[in-house]
Amino acid sequence: MADRLRSRTTATLAGDLVAPHMRLALFLLLAPALLWLLGLIVLPHVDLAVLSLRTRVAPRTYELGFGNYRTFIDEPLYWHTFVRTAVMSIFATVCTLLIAFPAAWYIAKIARGRAKSLLFVMCLIPFWVSETVRTLGWMILLRESGVLPRLLVELGITAKPVELLYHDTTILVGLVYTSMLFMVVPLVSALESLDDSLIEAAYDLGGNGLSILRQIVIPHAAPGIAAGSIIVFMLTLGNYLTPTLLGGKNSLWFTEQIYTQFITRFNWEQGAAFGFLLLVLSTAIVWLGLVVTGQKFGDVMRRS
Amino acid sequence: MIPSLPRSLVSRCANIGYVGAFFVFLFVPLVVVAVFAFNDANYPAPPWRGFTLNWFVGSSGGRIGLFGDAPLVKSVATSAIVACWVTALSIAFGAANAFLLERARFRGKTALSMLMLAPLVIPGVILGISILAFASRLAQFANDFLGIEIDFLRPGLPLVVLGQFSYIVSIATLTIAARLKRFDITLEEAAFNLGASRRDVFLTIMLPHLKPALVGAGAIAFLMSFENFNTTLMLVGSDAPLTIMMYGRMREGASPVLNAVSLFLMVASMLLALALLRRPERTDVSRALP
Repeated sequence: MADRLRSRTTATLAGDLVAPHMRLALFLLLAPALLWLLGLIVLPHVDLAVLSLRTRVAPRTYELGFGNYRTFIDEPLYWHTFVRTAVMSIFATVCTLLIAFPAAWYIAKIARGRAKSLLFVMCLIPFWVSETVRTLGWMILLRESGVLPRLLVELGITAKPVELLYHDTTILVGLVYTSMLFMVVPLVSALESLDDSLIEAAYDLGGNGLSILRQIVIPHAAPGIAAGSIIVFMLTLGNYLTPTLLGGKNSLWFTEQIYTQFITRFNWEQGAAFGFLLLVLSTAIVWLGLVVTGQKFGDVMRRS
Repeated sequence: MIPSLPRSLVSRCANIGYVGAFFVFLFVPLVVVAVFAFNDANYPAPPWRGFTLNWFVGSSGGRIGLFGDAPLVKSVATSAIVACWVTALSIAFGAANAFLLERARFRGKTALSMLMLAPLVIPGVILGISILAFASRLAQFANDFLGIEIDFLRPGLPLVVLGQFSYIVSIATLTIAARLKRFDITLEEAAFNLGASRRDVFLTIMLPHLKPALVGAGAIAFLMSFENFNTTLMLVGSDAPLTIMMYGRMREGASPVLNAVSLFLMVASMLLALALLRRPERTDVSRALP
């Protein structure tokens, strides 16, 4: 591929005309990119696809076919987990959007001057800290002997401490928390570019809060909403740490199935099939999000 | 809605209340982690039993503090070594890619630039397993046909570095390319006209211009590598980096020593963040945030 790209080169660096030494320079610049993309992205994924199509029929004997994918369909646990992960990820994305939007609005439109940049930086700070640390915080807050159950007892709301970990809601809280930054940043930048005079004009023309939000703010912020949602969804779907630690044994997250097949059971063929299914789902939803909102992939990634 | 429109007192209070609650939500888990690093109890849970530094410096009575906990300290060092490699590789490859995208013209460039973004939308777990499977196939191949054993293709730190690098370099590329795009090419032409060599131009004009992006990309690469969990989990061998070590201990049960190491991480990453945010060229950093 490198040779093909090189031989088709038309013009090159800094607008110079094609000269042998410039071709060499182009090749030298292409080499790291190709090494990275072919060696670590393209070939491993092709290999993963091939691996997922092999079925173990006897020790060290394999045959080609869709056996691993059939196992996925035949075994309810697997596809239940898959559907559950997808649905909960969508739900978590919607919750993140609903919680982040008013905060982003306040930062972009209401706060002024130093308060504005201070609030924005305060949104970023928790995310400079590792996800492991943030999850540890939630575990200390929510476990039966933790801070929140104790607070509930002392306020007289519950008679004795309740276990707040290991519920679906706990997983959801953790996922929303972990994804917040990736929603707030694109929303703030989208809302900042909305001219206040448009809102004033709409108000003067008799618009109320709801109609202004629906007809002016949301259409304007759509690219930011799309960018944030796509990234949050993707990260949530691929998350491993938060569901396993906050959900415990009941978390049933699909990345956990991949881990189990790959590392615990050493059934790489099955794990590869699961990995591919997750990749297809993730790509499909990202693509769908881009098509529905009419966005370009490159713009979305640069915006976030 | 906005300050220039009449707002009722109720809606103002609701606004401020909401934003207050939002920031409480953001900061409570971190505050809790920090506070219980100093609690004089064997378990990070209320009630408060007094202040202690045991979880940092303790070495007796069943309380091994952070600095006496050899495996934990070693995992911090492992993470730092991995992060240094990832940072160096990401800056080098990211800078080369940035020049490729901004300065070179060739067929298939659009496709290549799209492909460079792809690692950002591939879940980390899948990056991990695909590199694991591919490396193991290469190792198998080398073993079967050439009769040699290639150790670094087996799960371990070299694969962890490659796995993290495979997507962090995308971010470094974006950051450095954005800065290179804003470079005024006439500066370079003027320098050439005045008789500067390629090397002079690169060292005195290009490098100072790119420096903020290189520093920003490096800091982000270091931080993302240090905090990476998903990809690392799939590729790790016997030497566990910090996130993997903490995960293992969190599953076994809780000890305030984890709070202590977390607090240490928080302080370190905040110092890094503040140092970067105070720089005049903050746009490069905030744009490339994870």
